[in-house]
Amino acid sequence: MKMLTQIAAWASVGCVAALASAQQADAQQDVVFLSTQLRPIEEAQKVREVILKDFKGKVTYLVEEPSPFDVRVRAEGQAGKRTISLVGALHGELSALQPTGNLDSLDDVVAKLTDRGIPANLMELGKFGTGKQVYVPWMQATYIMVAKKEALQYLPAGANIDTLTYGHLEAWGKAMTDKTGKRLLGFPAGPKGLMPRFFEGYLYPSFTGGVVTPFRSPEAETMWTQFKSLWRYVNPNSTSYDFMQEPLMGGEVWVAFDHVARVKEALVQMPDDFVTFPAPAGPKGRGYMPVIAGLAVPKDAPNRAGAIALIEHLTRPETQITTAAEVGFFPIVKAQLPADLSPGIKLIASAVAKTQDAKDALPALLPVGLADKGGEFNKVYFDTFQRIVLRNEQPRTVLDAQAAALKGIMEATKAPCWAPDKPSQGACPVN
Amino acid sequence: MSARSKLLPYLLLAPSVLFLAALFVVPLFETIALSFSDNGAPSLAHYQRMAGDLNFWPAIRNTFLLVLTVVPLQVALALGMASMLQKLPRGRDLILWIWTIPLGVSDLAAGLVWLAIMQERGYLTSALAALGLIDGPTQWLTYETPGTLFVAILLAEVWRATAIVFIILVAGLQLIPKEYREAAEIFGASPWTTFLRITLPLLKPSLQTALILRTVLAFEVFAVVYAIAGRNFPVLVGEAYVWQRDNQAYGVAAAYAVLIVVISLAATLFYLRVLRNKSEQRP
Repeated sequence: MKMLTQIAAWASVGCVAALASAQQADAQQDVVFLSTQLRPIEEAQKVREVILKDFKGKVTYLVEEPSPFDVRVRAEGQAGKRTISLVGALHGELSALQPTGNLDSLDDVVAKLTDRGIPANLMELGKFGTGKQVYVPWMQATYIMVAKKEALQYLPAGANIDTLTYGHLEAWGKAMTDKTGKRLLGFPAGPKGLMPRFFEGYLYPSFTGGVVTPFRSPEAETMWTQFKSLWRYVNPNSTSYDFMQEPLMGGEVWVAFDHVARVKEALVQMPDDFVTFPAPAGPKGRGYMPVIAGLAVPKDAPNRAGAIALIEHLTRPETQITTAAEVGFFPIVKAQLPADLSPGIKLIASAVAKTQDAKDALPALLPVGLADKGGEFNKVYFDTFQRIVLRNEQPRTVLDAQAAALKGIMEATKAPCWAPDKPSQGACPVN
Repeated sequence: MSARSKLLPYLLLAPSVLFLAALFVVPLFETIALSFSDNGAPSLAHYQRMAGDLNFWPAIRNTFLLVLTVVPLQVALALGMASMLQKLPRGRDLILWIWTIPLGVSDLAAGLVWLAIMQERGYLTSALAALGLIDGPTQWLTYETPGTLFVAILLAEVWRATAIVFIILVAGLQLIPKEYREAAEIFGASPWTTFLRITLPLLKPSLQTALILRTVLAFEVFAVVYAIAGRNFPVLVGEAYVWQRDNQAYGVAAAYAVLIVVISLAATLFYLRVLRNKSEQRP
């Protein structure tokens, strides 16, 4: 028996050693690129086979969901054994990592990217207000509305689909319900749906001109009352929808709001069945949330030079165009999208452009400075929705109670206001 | 007996004990510590947040409602199935095999199967519509239809997990010596009396095991509910998952975990006490 134990022990030591040396050897040539974006297998394959094809050097493209991603980057830093050289993640995910000191400064890289034409305000986002570049913008997306062409006949008279208001949307939903007997508006309010972003980037800015400061304002009270009235025409399955593409393709929903990546399949597979347009406007403008993904290099990355070369490759106009065409994320650099884009991607591109260029566009940034409280921040908005809209509680009571929770989060993180709230000294106030 | 052979059993058990200690006992204590501390200081803040959350009471209510309906239903069904199996002259193995198929299906898969049956355009709605019993696709699994949502979860749970109770009871029935029943027959006891006075009391140890196992697992119900109802039917483990994963508030998730452990322990102690076996009743 003793001998057996010894053999087992030696075998396991051998395995670990072999793995470790294999990893070391790889690290010298490979750039391990870990991303929370482009996770579905088809998209990851596009990254490996198309987007990274012309890159001189070897890249191991790995994907990870946001929560394990965060844990892995932190754990590698704590263990002092870094395997990842480049990370790609959303602004909010990187902002949670930034205070942990796991991300290297990229000031030297920025100098090499001056010819890319990345807009200064996007570049500034990548500094998190620290004065040094933490990430380089990689690609962007936003949220759009998609409608089945059958729904267009019920558009309220005088409403232009590209300049809808929330009043129009409600009237549209009502007309569809009256004529078909079904509730055909849809929102991604399922467990993994991005509904909180609708409140933070669309509803609140459109009605109150802010997100945090006017949280419990009289305008917010009016807004929730109106949204509750609109919800009468929303498919009750909405609280199970994570991605709107399936209900759209199945015809369960005719008019939907979602992130472009989450309606893409419907548009790519059935481009002739759908139209796309910007989200509605409220009294304060057409709130919308640009979603920025960025590239960052972890501290003590095993192949920093390779990571930088990869950043240069990914931000090239031609790579950015390929990225848009293949996976439907749009360039952060000045790049003319080619005319021969697939019809589905073209539908997305046109809605994104119409959203950005709308006269009343009111960009609402992703929350900054909330560190690991991002989830709880979303919860405040989703809970408010649940209580007022789904459980019929009084808007005033709910707003006062949830405002206290929001205030707690803002004070604990000391996060200053972000657009469209007015800049603040210290924690963003909840009035 | 040499010293070495005396040690051998302990040596053989040591790896599994160490394994459990490292991967169960240590995390358990860490979870308890995490739930009772806030920024390093002892605190009940996480428990306050847990109890103050809008989904806390619905989660408690739903979990208990499920346990209190699913477990008795499963025990009754399993008892019936096991007794029927005993009476079969032939083909017992085949039926045993068919009845235990759900044991091999993961709970998430079971949830998805029932989702496919019960959802708006699922098999059940399509079949009922074809028979003219309902108008067309019907939404039974939304936040607006808590009743049918609960029934769907109940059906899925009963379908999925009755087999484990059944297996334990079949084993228990086989342990009961034939002589007792034969004696009862000779004295003219009816089958019902035999069942109540002989089978049931002698089955108590197996019933106890089955009840503890099923109740503890029912308090941990999650994947089936998640697949069928998403967030529309909050349960305790689901809330722990949401706090951990979506809200990234590990302390509150730990508080939920501790609460679930406490409830499970209480249920186990309850069964141990109520169904305890007096020595004179043992076969």
